[in-house]
Order: sequence, then C-alpha cells, then structure tokens
Amino acid sequence: MSKRENIRIPVSQQPFTVSKPEDTTTIGGTVTVQINEKKISVPLGTTILEACRQNQIHIPTLCHHEDLCIAGVCRICVVDVEGMRTLQTACSFPITTPIKIHTSTPMVRKARRHIIDLLLSEHYGECYSCFRNGNCELQSLAKEYGVDGYTFGHTDKPQYKVDRSSSAVVRDMSKCILCKRCVRTCIDLQEVGVLEAINRGHDTHIGTFLDKPLADVICINCGQCINRCPTAALRANDPSDEIWEAIDNPQKHVIIQTAPSPRAAIGEEFGIEAGHSFTGELNTALRRIGFDKVFDTNFTADLTIIEEGTELLNRLKKAIVDKDSSVKLPQFTSCSPGWIKFIEHFYPEYLDYLSTAKSPQQMFGAIMKTFYAKQTGIDPADIVTVALMPCSAKKFECNRPEMNASGFKDIDYGLTTREMAKMIREAGIYLPEMPKSNFDEPFGDASGAGLIFGATGGVMEAALRTVYELVTGREVPFKNLAIEPCRGFAGVKQASVRLEGCVEQYKFLEGVELKFVVAHGTANAKKVMEMLRKGELSDVHFVEIMACPGGCLGGGGQPIPTNAEIRKKRAQAIYAEEESLSVRKSHENPHIKYIYENFLTEGPCGKLSHKLLHTHYLKRGKFIS
Amino acid sequence: MLEYEKNSLTEEIENLVKQYGSDRPALLQILQSVQRKHKYVSDFAQQEIARLLNIHPVEVYSVISFYSFICSVPKGRNIVRLCRTISCDMAGKENVESAVKRELGINFGETTSDKRITLEYTNCLGMCDQGPAMLVNDQVYTHLNPETAVNILNGIK
Repeated sequence: MSKRENIRIPVSQQPFTVSKPEDTTTIGGTVTVQINEKKISVPLGTTILEACRQNQIHIPTLCHHEDLCIAGVCRICVVDVEGMRTLQTACSFPITTPIKIHTSTPMVRKARRHIIDLLLSEHYGECYSCFRNGNCELQSLAKEYGVDGYTFGHTDKPQYKVDRSSSAVVRDMSKCILCKRCVRTCIDLQEVGVLEAINRGHDTHIGTFLDKPLADVICINCGQCINRCPTAALRANDPSDEIWEAIDNPQKHVIIQTAPSPRAAIGEEFGIEAGHSFTGELNTALRRIGFDKVFDTNFTADLTIIEEGTELLNRLKKAIVDKDSSVKLPQFTSCSPGWIKFIEHFYPEYLDYLSTAKSPQQMFGAIMKTFYAKQTGIDPADIVTVALMPCSAKKFECNRPEMNASGFKDIDYGLTTREMAKMIREAGIYLPEMPKSNFDEPFGDASGAGLIFGATGGVMEAALRTVYELVTGREVPFKNLAIEPCRGFAGVKQASVRLEGCVEQYKFLEGVELKFVVAHGTANAKKVMEMLRKGELSDVHFVEIMACPGGCLGGGGQPIPTNAEIRKKRAQAIYAEEESLSVRKSHENPHIKYIYENFLTEGPCGKLSHKLLHTHYLKRGKFIS
Repeated sequence: MLEYEKNSLTEEIENLVKQYGSDRPALLQILQSVQRKHKYVSDFAQQEIARLLNIHPVEVYSVISFYSFICSVPKGRNIVRLCRTISCDMAGKENVESAVKRELGINFGETTSDKRITLEYTNCLGMCDQGPAMLVNDQVYTHLNPETAVNILNGIK
C-alpha cells in the first residue's frame, strides 16, 4: 500500500483495509491461498486482486485505480470464494485466512457479463461518435466479455445535459457509469472536493454542490478526474476546431509552443511504450500540420527562472538587509495554474507569498505579441498563439481576463497532449516515423533547466542552479548538476543548500542555509499550507508546488491512462533528454541574454518585465454563492 | 440571506458542533437538527457545516440529497407523505390520492401557494396491514379513505 500512503481512506473503507505486516517472515505474516488450483503465498492483508495481479491472473476492473483508495462499487471484479454465500469483489477483499478462490466459474462469468450489460443499458452514446473510442475501459470490457447485444436494453436519450460551463473540463453525465473514480480523485487525491454522488438509487449521478455548473463551484481545473475517468463522461474542452480554422486562414500567423511534458508522453497516444520523448518528431509533425512557427516553452521557462529567481533574491535582500518584516517568505512558485486557483480559493490570505511571475505559457504569449511581433513586423492581431500543454487548467489560465498585458490575449488556445495527438492523426501523420527537426529560431534554444519543469521538483532544481550560481559564482555542488533532493515522487520533499563564498553583490547571503520545499498534488499542497499556517515554514525560503501528482508529466491533459509507473517513466524520459543538452542552466541560455539586452532592458523584475511577465491574483475564497 | 441571519445560523451550527463533535459521524445529527428547526438546510448552512467539520460542501450536499427527510430547498410548513408501496396501493391509495390532490389543488411534489402543505410520496411506512397510510410531519395516519384524508389535511395549520 506504500504508493497509496498519501491518500485519505474514507471512514467507510477502513473496515476493508488490513495493514500488511512489516516483517512477512513472522508467524502469520503470510497466508497461502489457492487461486484456480494454484497455491500462492501472499502477505497478510493483500487483496485478492493484488494477489492475482502478482501472479499473472487477469481480473477485470473498472472502479479500481492504482492512485485511488478502494471503492468496490462496480462489482466487475467479482470472484468465487469457497465458503462464501455470494461472489466477492476481488479489489476489496483482504486475504486473512487460507481461502480457495476461483476466478472463472460459470457464475463469475455470468455475473460479470450481466454487470457489463447493466452498465451499458444506462450508458448513453454510440462508440464511434465518442472521443474515447478505442481507449475506453467500458468498451474494452464489453469486447473482453463478448457483449453482442443489449440484454437489458440501451438508452437512446441523454439523461443529463452536457455541462460546458467550465473552460477546461466538460462533463457529460449521460456517459457516466458511477465508478466514483472522479469523486475519489477530487476528494482524496487532490482534496479539492468538487464532485460527489448526488441523490440515491436510480437517480444517483455524480454532481457538484447544489448541482451547479462546474464553472460556478470551486474547481481548480486540474483535470485529474479526466485522467481517471474510464469512459468519456469527463473530457477536456477541445479547441482544435478553432485552431484548424486559424491554420487554414492565410492571414493568421499561427505559433505553437510545446511544453516538455507532452513531448515525453505523446508517443503513448501512438502506441509507443511510456518513457520515450518525441521532441524532434513532434516539431516536424507540427510544421506539416501547418503551424507557422514551432517554439519551445522551455525558453520562457528559462525566463521564468530568471524572473522568479530575481524576485526571490530581492525578497531575501529586503528581509535580511533591510529587515523589512512585511516581506513574505517563503516564496511560492506560480507555474501551475491549478495550484494558483487552489490557493486563490482555499488560502486567499496567503496570496502575497506567491511569486508574481506568470507561468511560462503566459510569458511566452506576452513575448510573442510584443517583442516577436515587433521584430518580424507582423500585426499582433494576426498572431494566434497556441500552447501545447499537459494540462487542462492551462485552458482556464489563458482565458483569465488579466492575462492581456500586450493589449491582446497572451495565449489564444491551450491544447492538451491528447488533443494534439488527435490533430496529428487527423492530418494523416504517424508521429513516431517523422524525421527529427529542431525548433524555430529565435525562441528554440532552451536550457535543460527549462526542460525539467515537467517533473515535480524541476522548477526548484532549475531555480537553484541559477540562484546558487548567481550568488556564489560557482555551480551547484551536486554531481552532474542533478540536484537529487528535488527529484523523486515523495509527496513533500524538504532540503537545503548552504550558500558560501558569495560574490560581492550577494555578501548578505553568506552562510545562509537556503531551505526549500517541493510538493506535488494539491493534497500535499494543503499539507504545506497547513505547515505555513502553523509557522513551521518560517525558516524556509522557496517552495515549489505543482497541482498534479508527479508534476506536469502527470497532468490532466496527458494520455490516458496515467499511473505511478507511467509517471516514473515519463520523468526518466525528461531527465534523460535533459542530460543530453549542452546548455543546462537558465541564465546561460543565449536567447535569454539577448532578450534582456534588446527588449527587457531594465533587467529582470524591471518595469517592462512587471508589465508583461508578471501578474496579480484574485482572492476568490471558498464560498459558493 | 441577511448578515445577522447568517451570523445567528453560524452560531447555531457552532453550538451543534460543540454538542455532537466535529468529525464526520456528527454530520447527520447536525443536519437533522438544522432541518428540524429551519425545515430545510440552506446552501449557506451547508457550507458552514462543511467548514466546521472540515469536509467539502459537496459531501454535505451529497448526504442531504441521499435522505428524503432532509432537504436543501425550503418546502411548506407541513409535509404530507402518502405511501405509494404496493399494499397501500391495493388498499385504495388511488382514491385518497385524487381526493388529496383535488382538495389542495396541487400535484404531488408541489407546495400550496400559502406554503401550508407540501405533498410527497413515500415508500413503505411499514403500515402494510393498515393501508392506505399517510405521514403528516412525524405523525402516521392509517386506514385512510378520501374523507378522513381530507379532514386530516384541513386540520393542519
């Protein structure tokens, strides 16, 4: 259960959970069970499902998800346990006694088939007009169990109206099968608490507080529910039609920027195993689709590091030299739009702790519609900026009214990895076979520091590389620049670096222990905020928070499925790509130097930077009116 | 809702939390108390309960929507629930039903314009041997016929 340790187990689930013994060699530490004539020894408290999976015995599941707590609501995993009056759900049955289990008796097969038929009877829609066609767990179960007709009928009218109010998440409850994965994601994994089962019996549906539209309740748009949904009941708001229209309009200059995480994951959409980056191939594919320019978001990730790092140093100076008690430390990162909305709702009194720097996506748009437009002589009104992101909250972020410092919307459309893959397929391109090509100049060269933004701890690592070197004039004291304390998938990571031998300008930081905290997933963010509230973070200087588990690479716009193993592989792909780059520190990126010499001439956090690259936040609060 | 109403409601819920505890199992008792006093649990009350129990408002709403005897929208001063389960149905529920509807001039699921009575169906009340049965607030009436049912309704204030 180690990977689920961050999950709150609801009271109703506690009787089902038997903690496993720490030492399985003690008497009673393991139990020998018989599954389909095969004798298997498992630690006490292992569920039947886990035991079967460890022994390559296939059991179908629907409501079960590795990231979430056990629910046992869909009943598709039923097995026959000898001595039990009824069939038992394998996912929620902890093995405590030497039982005999049969996973494929006539009764089991018939029960599973009936369950699928019953689910289908209320599942509105036809597979060929569904965006999850070919990637739907209900569809593949129906295939697995040879469903050839609707035994219990099939609804031909949608039962609920599609909720399109949110700019990020579309809810079509007529396709919902009530597995409650989204509920557990929202309440237990992310601790945002938007969705719950409403009403009882036949009228049950997954709904929001008072059944309000999603835009009116406290949704942070992280899209984790989309990634957990087995059917198409939840999906991201797809802007690809508008983007096609812009591409087909010769007047429009369409620019796309690609973030690091989609590049490390998009291969999965084309049947490639997780853990391969397709950066070069994607560039070619995007040009063939018709984007006029393909740029790298990592360029503005570097810019973010410079702005955010300078802001941190300014705050430190104010706190240490000027003894200004109004300075808010630790400084929180502001790259994750889900996290921004989370803190605006749940901790509005701490908004001053956030860095005012915009996210890399929005910085990019601001630069495009000012500096780039001026340099190329294109009217910013004709520039359409598209962002390929692993994220559904980015769709909300680009529609924030304050994000238009240049007089135009910074970013016109946010596109998720899934939607990008759809567009590539639509254009008749098989991505893995594309020749490799580079990004377009001048915003193509980025440092490795920008690339690792995709993994949790990446922003911290990138910022430390720059801040440490600015302050001491030396590289960070870690082998091969890999700041290991920032890496890995622990929920909340804490570490520190001592600043010694500082250069003249930063003498005031001599001997300071630069402490930092990294957290991912808003449940962990909540823990960090509670620590802050209790005053436990008073000696910490910098905190990185990403709204999604694993950071951006586990984002709500990433290919489905996403689980712990896949997140690990994507992280490996990102770190491997990073090591191969020649420039690995943001401040060494030549284009960053160029932009500060020729455009943002007042330097980081100067007047123009503040206008274009920084933003302000809204105190939204928790009350739903 | 006016500010002082909100404040008094918050205070009331705080007292209930003190009485029943601030963990999840206290939720139902708190909801029942609020329902008894106000005849419904307003959206403000739901969010205050959620805040004080440290759960999400949607979880409170989910529980409210699960139970028929707790509601999130204001209803009439009195709630009349007619049993619609099979034994009452066979004992002549239909006649009672149409008499009640005619008398009040409303359908089931509706409230009279003077907010006096809300008409609802209920499932089995356990009075199968004495049907048709009807629940007026907390009081059960059995062996109904159209005349007695209308008399009972006219006696409600």
